[in-house]
Amino acid sequence: MLNGRQHVGVSVTIATTLEDACAALAAEPGSLVLAGGTDLMVEVNRGSRRIGNVVALDRIPEIADWQLTGDVLRLGAGVTFAEICEPGIAALVPALAQAARTVGSPQIRNAATIGGNIATASPAGDSIPVLAALDAVLELRSAEATREVPVVEFITGVKTTCLTPGELIEAVRVPVLDGPQEFCKVGPRNAMVISVASLALLVDRSARRIRVGLGSVAPTPLRATQAEDHVSGHIDWDNGAPPEPEVLREFADLVAGSTSPIDDHRGTAAYRRHAVRVLAQRSLTRVLNRVSSS
Amino acid sequence: MSTDPFVLEVNGRSHEVTDAHPGESLLRVLRERLGLAGSKNACEEGECGSCTVLVDGQTVCSCLVLASTAAGRQITTIEGVAGDDGLSHVQEAFVDAGAVQCGFCTPGLIVSTGSLLESDPDPSDLAVREAISGNLCRCTGYGRVLEAVHLAATRLGGST
Repeated sequence: MLNGRQHVGVSVTIATTLEDACAALAAEPGSLVLAGGTDLMVEVNRGSRRIGNVVALDRIPEIADWQLTGDVLRLGAGVTFAEICEPGIAALVPALAQAARTVGSPQIRNAATIGGNIATASPAGDSIPVLAALDAVLELRSAEATREVPVVEFITGVKTTCLTPGELIEAVRVPVLDGPQEFCKVGPRNAMVISVASLALLVDRSARRIRVGLGSVAPTPLRATQAEDHVSGHIDWDNGAPPEPEVLREFADLVAGSTSPIDDHRGTAAYRRHAVRVLAQRSLTRVLNRVSSS
Repeated sequence: MSTDPFVLEVNGRSHEVTDAHPGESLLRVLRERLGLAGSKNACEEGECGSCTVLVDGQTVCSCLVLASTAAGRQITTIEGVAGDDGLSHVQEAFVDAGAVQCGFCTPGLIVSTGSLLESDPDPSDLAVREAISGNLCRCTGYGRVLEAVHLAATRLGGST
């Protein structure tokens, strides 16, 4: 631990090991866990969040790295979006890299982490639809115990999670799939956009399955399982021939039907349903063109 | 209520910060405590990039860094960009291309541009646009900013 400043009940702990971070959290379970700070500091600057005890995670080497073991990629919670955009990770989970590239700006991607994005649990979190489609599993740790939770169970509502006091995200594990992937996001410009609607579509050739994760169209991460079932059964997996236009339309309708969007200042529920319908058709067409050409 | 003192390494110099409030951003400490007002404060939510600085060589929005957690990191602000013998190539290129209008976004753009050219000395137009996508300019419309980045790249290439 680099320091543990105590002042009128406020301490800032810059942890350098996971053990230190967990110990500091166990001592003060209400502490704010600070990763990249790109969400938390916005609230602090606005005055909508009072800063209490802080445990900063940005200097823990154990969570700043990633490893590939067999066909499982393990990303430490402190891996930044800038690092996810780099070829090493991008080659393994292309849709996650595409999503990472849409996060904020270079300045934001240099600081913001995958663990922070998950723990913030915004319905618009850019990595979340991809992680949902990958059936990502989170490794959680506290001073007393470790446990594993699928990302779709971890996020329990709008900005709420199943993290207990004293617990933090150590890593996220995802499979490396065989097949092309797409991530699409709708917003008013290419950079610095909070998603209005987003969609991750992954081909899992060995399971002969299309996987679809959706963002900003429901309070929690969403898999379009009905749409997945339907379209996976209508794809010519051996020859890669494109499905009938009717199948594409049915698929898009099922994807849109799986959502429960809201009207807000970024878009209406009707627009969001329309947008994911378009994104579903577009991304399926794109990945299948690549399936048939490979 | 203030935090315990901490030391920031800014532009190669150590600064002890003794009077920061808990929750104070690096930007606020740079401007209000250390008198380094070159990094600008506009949105305070990471949208505009006018507070861009380098922390351990990477561009970040200093408004989103909790100041006390930057202790021990190497921080470079716009004040650290010019050398003893005058403006940097990037700064000169911004002047010569007329890429500075009101000037508010300029420090952030120059820090971002310097960082881009470090990793990509001959960037494509797309790479430049992506590199400065987190730096908002509300005057120039970016045309001359793009010219300035390419001009700086050409001159840096020519000088090596």
